[in-house]
Amino acid sequence: MTVTLANISAEEEACIAKSPLSIRGLTVTYGEKPAVFSVDMTVQPGQMTAIIGPNGAGKSTMLKAALGIVPPVSGRVQVFGRPLEEQRARIAYVPQRASVDWDFPTRVIDVVLMGLYRELGLLGRIGRSHRAKAMDCLERVGMGDFAERQIGQLSGGQQQRVFLARALAQGADLYLLDEPFAGVDAATEKAIISVLKSLREAGKTVVVVHHDLATVVEYFDNVFLINTRRVAEGTVAEAFTEATLQAAYGGRLATTQIDKLARV
Amino acid sequence: MLLDALLLQLGYNATLVAIGAALLGTAAGITGTFLFLRKRALVSDAVSHATLPGVCIAFLVMVFLGGDGRNLAGLLLGSAVTAGIGLLCMNWLTRNTRLAEDAAIGAVLSVFFGLGIVLLTVIQTLGVGRQAGLEGFLLGSTAGMLYSDALVIAGGGAAALVMILLTRRPMTLVAFDPEYATARGLPVERIDMLMMGLVMAVTVVGLKIVGLILIVALLIIPAVTARFWTERSEHVVLLAGLFGGLSAYVGAALSASAPNLPTGPIIVLVSFAFFALSLFLAPNRGVLAAVLRHLKFQRRVHLRQGLLALAQGHAIYESLTLRLLRRAGLVRADGVATERGRARASKALRDERRWEVVRSDMAHEAAAALYDGLRDIETVLTQDQIQEIDRQIGGPHEVLS
Amino acid sequence: MSGEEFVPLSLTPMLIGIFAAVACALPGNFLLLRRQALIGDAISHVVLPGIVVAFLMTGMIAAWPMMLGAAGAAIVAVILIEAIRRLGRIEPGAAMGVVFTTMFAGGVLLLEQSDTSTVHLDVEHALYGNLESLIWLDAIGWSSLFDATALAQLPVELPRMALTLVGVCLFIALFWRALKISTFDEGFARTMGIRTNLLGLGLVITAAVAAVAAFDAVGSIIVIAMFICPPAAARMMTNRLEDQIGWSVLFAVLSAVLGYVLAGYGPLWLGASDAVSAAGMIATVSGVILGVAARFGPCRSRAGAPAGI
Repeated sequence: MTVTLANISAEEEACIAKSPLSIRGLTVTYGEKPAVFSVDMTVQPGQMTAIIGPNGAGKSTMLKAALGIVPPVSGRVQVFGRPLEEQRARIAYVPQRASVDWDFPTRVIDVVLMGLYRELGLLGRIGRSHRAKAMDCLERVGMGDFAERQIGQLSGGQQQRVFLARALAQGADLYLLDEPFAGVDAATEKAIISVLKSLREAGKTVVVVHHDLATVVEYFDNVFLINTRRVAEGTVAEAFTEATLQAAYGGRLATTQIDKLARV
Repeated sequence: MLLDALLLQLGYNATLVAIGAALLGTAAGITGTFLFLRKRALVSDAVSHATLPGVCIAFLVMVFLGGDGRNLAGLLLGSAVTAGIGLLCMNWLTRNTRLAEDAAIGAVLSVFFGLGIVLLTVIQTLGVGRQAGLEGFLLGSTAGMLYSDALVIAGGGAAALVMILLTRRPMTLVAFDPEYATARGLPVERIDMLMMGLVMAVTVVGLKIVGLILIVALLIIPAVTARFWTERSEHVVLLAGLFGGLSAYVGAALSASAPNLPTGPIIVLVSFAFFALSLFLAPNRGVLAAVLRHLKFQRRVHLRQGLLALAQGHAIYESLTLRLLRRAGLVRADGVATERGRARASKALRDERRWEVVRSDMAHEAAAALYDGLRDIETVLTQDQIQEIDRQIGGPHEVLS
Repeated sequence: MSGEEFVPLSLTPMLIGIFAAVACALPGNFLLLRRQALIGDAISHVVLPGIVVAFLMTGMIAAWPMMLGAAGAAIVAVILIEAIRRLGRIEPGAAMGVVFTTMFAGGVLLLEQSDTSTVHLDVEHALYGNLESLIWLDAIGWSSLFDATALAQLPVELPRMALTLVGVCLFIALFWRALKISTFDEGFARTMGIRTNLLGLGLVITAAVAAVAAFDAVGSIIVIAMFICPPAAARMMTNRLEDQIGWSVLFAVLSAVLGYVLAGYGPLWLGASDAVSAAGMIATVSGVILGVAARFGPCRSRAGAPAGI
């Protein structure tokens, strides 16, 4: 027990340096009750990871705190072994659909062009190549025909795909998606998952806040189970088991349901 | 002089104004609470600015009918009419267009006020008595107030108060949870209109004392102040009435006690003083209490995280955590855990394991819901239950604390 | 109308009105979309205490100290609103109501307490301005536009307002993309490294500067109409931000010109002899434009449901 802290650090730092996203001791609170308490997470490079847990378990909160969108009480976040602020350009974030005003006066193509902000800077002109790139991203999510539409005229699934296209335009190495499959149609879900898989093929890392336990095994390599604290983390085979689900969901998931899922 | 004023010794009119102001302040505080709870506080701003054209039109009409145009009751009636029209415009804009309520408020407020200014200049150019003192409605003026005016104000304040007493229950319900109120079969829309009607009444009555720009303060500040002291809506209502009445009374008395102390601004500043005190000192929602609580909470989080890291042999990255551990005598200056630190750490880790069992066991669902990472397990479970859990975990059984 | 009459009496107030309206309408577009329309309301109310404090500190009625005082008051107000909203966990509308009424009350009280009877500083002037008085007496006709001595006598408000307008345009142009992204999706903007808090503060300060410069001409309440009505009307006309800005500028110019003309000449056409308040009329016209756009504009209803139902 009397190991000095420095010894462990060296070994762990090496692990952190390799990870596209590593979180240590992250605590976030709204008011007095922590939504996320002392969570550690180490995302594996080049793989697809699902963050799962019951409603109100702090899934989205953890992601937002990791990205600096909500302030944490404590915690350290490193992206590819360096502080978050230095690595902004390597991260693409897809927020929940409900987080924006869809009545905003803008077209689909303009939203995708927002993904090129860092490339364009404050004053850079949007040229033909930028437009072509944005169109290409729209095509990849199957929304090429909708480029000129006002965003409020899209269905929920289409809005979600536009958000994904915007993230693609960023050309990042790490993609973080907050509930991309919530309330979307089957066609959209299929389109999104195939895009995510192609990203993985290209060596990118994908982290998804996910709510549908039935598709975890089919879609993901790794899972991260959270219920305020980290419950389990690892490959789907290791960490997505009856025991871990029971631990994460407790009484909230019927035993029969867990049986069924774990056996998939 | 101030004491005289507070004890109503400054003459008949001053006394009437003070009493009228107190009644008005109470009515405004209570009405404003409903608005505030409904998250529509600034609607009152639109209503109050929309009174200006009404005052001017009423004046013009009365002059054309051969009167002198300064009859307070007539002017107030006119102001109520345009305030009502302003309210309808606002509702129409939010309901039938894509504009949000804040934009509708701002549009109505500024356009009606602009129209009012146009009409004021019309009155000026007509040369009917020098402007008829209508500017007094902008900022209020109790100087030179007629006995009959004071009577109208006192009466109006009392009437608004009676109306509130009669309708407080449905209004509370609607302000708190409009959907539930609809489900209960309450006519939410009509109750909303009634609420706005009361806002209008308070505004109109208050025009002469505090003026149309500052009347908003009487509606908003007492309600916000009251909210700091209680979590129960009926108490917010009562306290807001109290704060409103008190500030208006003290303000009116103060302004009567010395020259160059305009009534409206003084009332607003007095009620702001109550607000500022409450903001900082209120026991639960006050800033001081919140800051202390947050610091304490942050220390608990860091200490707990530090202990868990020690127990699991993890690195501690944050200097605040290390500092707190050191200060508590749990680690030495070089970062190595002390005897006591190791004991506390293993207890913390053990509690975490126990919690894990609790949270994955349906039988403990109620207890599991209380988990927040910080709560001591002993406060949730009995010793017997804890021993039972320890049996499930196995391993060493000594409990260090 | 002949140049001899128009240039000295109407050209400058009209230009000042146009510049003021456009300078306010531009940031107003973003305030509207950010659901911060009433920040304009709050800012304009605290202009009065700002100039009173500036007057008390410098003891003179001069443009620059007063503009600084008013801008300072606007920033203080914004910080106070934010502090009260966060510290007291109070909804923004109520926090604004507390702050701007209190500051306004403080301004009126200070004004009453201090001896300003000898100088021209009164509440009514601050509330509804005096556009008509900003005339160019040295002009004798259109030719004066090329006459250096006459140009030197232009009312100082004109170059000041023009400068403000340029400043506002620069801010919007420079931060156009960042403003658009952070207004649409603040969380995403932060992950792109945009300092959304600073940008929001910058927008409010820009609005405050426009309000302060414009208040001299049109008064502090009518500034609110310029912040809200043209952008709100423009919102009914289009679903593209770029177009919306264009429409709002058009509506702002239209309100200023029509408002000024109606105020100055309307009563004459009706047989009366005196003009009415130009600032008030500009606000009224902008309201009428908003009303028409809200009733007939092609994009008046919320997106998702096609217009025309």
